[in-house]
Amino acid sequence: MNVFEMTIHELHAALKEKQISSVEATSAMLERIGSVEPHVGSFITVTSEQALSAARSADQRIASGECHLLTGIPLAIKDIILTEGILTTCGSRILDNFIPPYSATSWEKLRDRGAVLLGKLNQDEFAMGSSTESSAYGTTRNPWDTTRIPGGSSGGSAAAVAASEAVATLGTDTGGSIRQPASHCGCVGLKPTYGRVSRYGVIAYASSLDQVGPLTRDVADCAVMLEAVAGHDPKDSTSVDTPVPNYSAHLSDGVKGLKIGLPKEYFIDGLDPDVQGAMAAAIETYRRLGAEFVDISLPHTDYAVATYYLIAAAEASSNLARYDGVRFGHRAEADGLLEMYTKSRSEGFGVEVKRRIMIGTYALSSGYYDAYYVKAQKVRTLIMRDFIEAFSAVDVMLTPVAPTPAFKIGEKINDPLQMYLSDIFTIPVNLAGTCAISIPAGFSAAGLPIGLQLIGKPFCEESILKAGYAFEQATEWHKRKAMI
Amino acid sequence: MKITIAEVEHVARLARLELAEEEINLFAGQMDAILEYVEKLKELNTEGIVPIAHVEVLMGSVFPFREDAVQSPIGLDRALSNAPKPAGSFFAVPKVIE
Repeated sequence: MNVFEMTIHELHAALKEKQISSVEATSAMLERIGSVEPHVGSFITVTSEQALSAARSADQRIASGECHLLTGIPLAIKDIILTEGILTTCGSRILDNFIPPYSATSWEKLRDRGAVLLGKLNQDEFAMGSSTESSAYGTTRNPWDTTRIPGGSSGGSAAAVAASEAVATLGTDTGGSIRQPASHCGCVGLKPTYGRVSRYGVIAYASSLDQVGPLTRDVADCAVMLEAVAGHDPKDSTSVDTPVPNYSAHLSDGVKGLKIGLPKEYFIDGLDPDVQGAMAAAIETYRRLGAEFVDISLPHTDYAVATYYLIAAAEASSNLARYDGVRFGHRAEADGLLEMYTKSRSEGFGVEVKRRIMIGTYALSSGYYDAYYVKAQKVRTLIMRDFIEAFSAVDVMLTPVAPTPAFKIGEKINDPLQMYLSDIFTIPVNLAGTCAISIPAGFSAAGLPIGLQLIGKPFCEESILKAGYAFEQATEWHKRKAMI
Repeated sequence: MKITIAEVEHVARLARLELAEEEINLFAGQMDAILEYVEKLKELNTEGIVPIAHVEVLMGSVFPFREDAVQSPIGLDRALSNAPKPAGSFFAVPKVIE
């Protein structure tokens, strides 16, 4: 097997047995990146030298008998996550010179365990998008079909795993930005419960929705990554101090007697037939494994996209006020202060970011605040109640991740509303604050990956990992590789 | 029309954005479609429903306060390391007062 195709578990075993060194694995990975990047474009920055130096340190740690599951493993992270001393652009021109003076907690936790950073991954600008097309650094291409989008906003994070350019990656998910690209690229992606993973040092888009999470080749790797990054952080006042379970320990408990809810609002007429077929087959697989299905309803599902785009845009317009050219980022030459703010922002932000700032500013502006922003906050309460109610009868829910497989590059770029609607099945989970995972569950007739979403109760990541693992053991979908 | 050109220009000023004429026209149309779409929230009766800014309460999780203790600051050099125009221990900006 090629080194660059290994999982965390496989590479860890090889490192521990001294069959390979981290320097060798990292070099193989960098070589792979060099050969496929021209076709995929997952990275904004490749940190070759730092990676090799970190790999040498990891090899010393391993030689001294200290080998955590992530020690010496070459990873890459979304460019929204701050890395001290390494360019962090968030996919935006406005940060094209930004060298963070400190690192995000999530990255520090991986680094402290000896993980090797290969580089920073492409994304939609400020994580606003579902296709990676809004990045100021070019569009990432789907490794399964390079005429198609990889999904977004963590498109680089998903494409890098699918194209074997990193063993695993971190992304962020505000409305589906980990799960939707994971689904489109045929990898595993988990959005943790709000508060489970520290957001310190993660560039803010919509603070009441954003979460950091892993994208991996399989569920076991996902458990390892989540275990490493989860936990309380005094630097993030929205992180909780409930203990982090040993996610790996209970993966193989099975799904016998597990109550899986099928929300009827997610199995609508417009669903792509291939997606529908994959869901039906997945339900059959779970039945065979002993799970029980319960028909449930999340009655406010149809209002989730509208609620999300008001709340997320409002929070974005407030969060992005900090980009004013004063303390960091792009500054335009101007005679007056107000002109400097306005010019710096107008030159630095791309069109999708401007559009969301405009919608958010409008929704928060005097005269519209109650009609749009407060109304959306009230509907959010109704959406959350739907989940609480439904979870009184089931352990997890099963739904599609996206209504269709990956669409073509350029297909929805000029119709923002259509683009927003591609997140229809992932957005409600962020509004409710709970956790969900995307698992490879089949392929379309055209050979494009299709993901299955398992939604868990708040802080019950164990349940969706366990259910995901059982599915993975019973199927072969995750073993297929993109021919790139 | 839910939003006029004049309103788009007003919102852009509030957001400290300078939009070209094509951008104003583009956004007016697109914002109109988006605002038309979000109108559907009005179908729902939300009387007596508490608006939430955050999921904490309904999820039953608690975000703990940290100790109110002095921490070591980031330091002047690092704080100024990305300044477009540092001036001694300050961020220089165009003249504000004549």
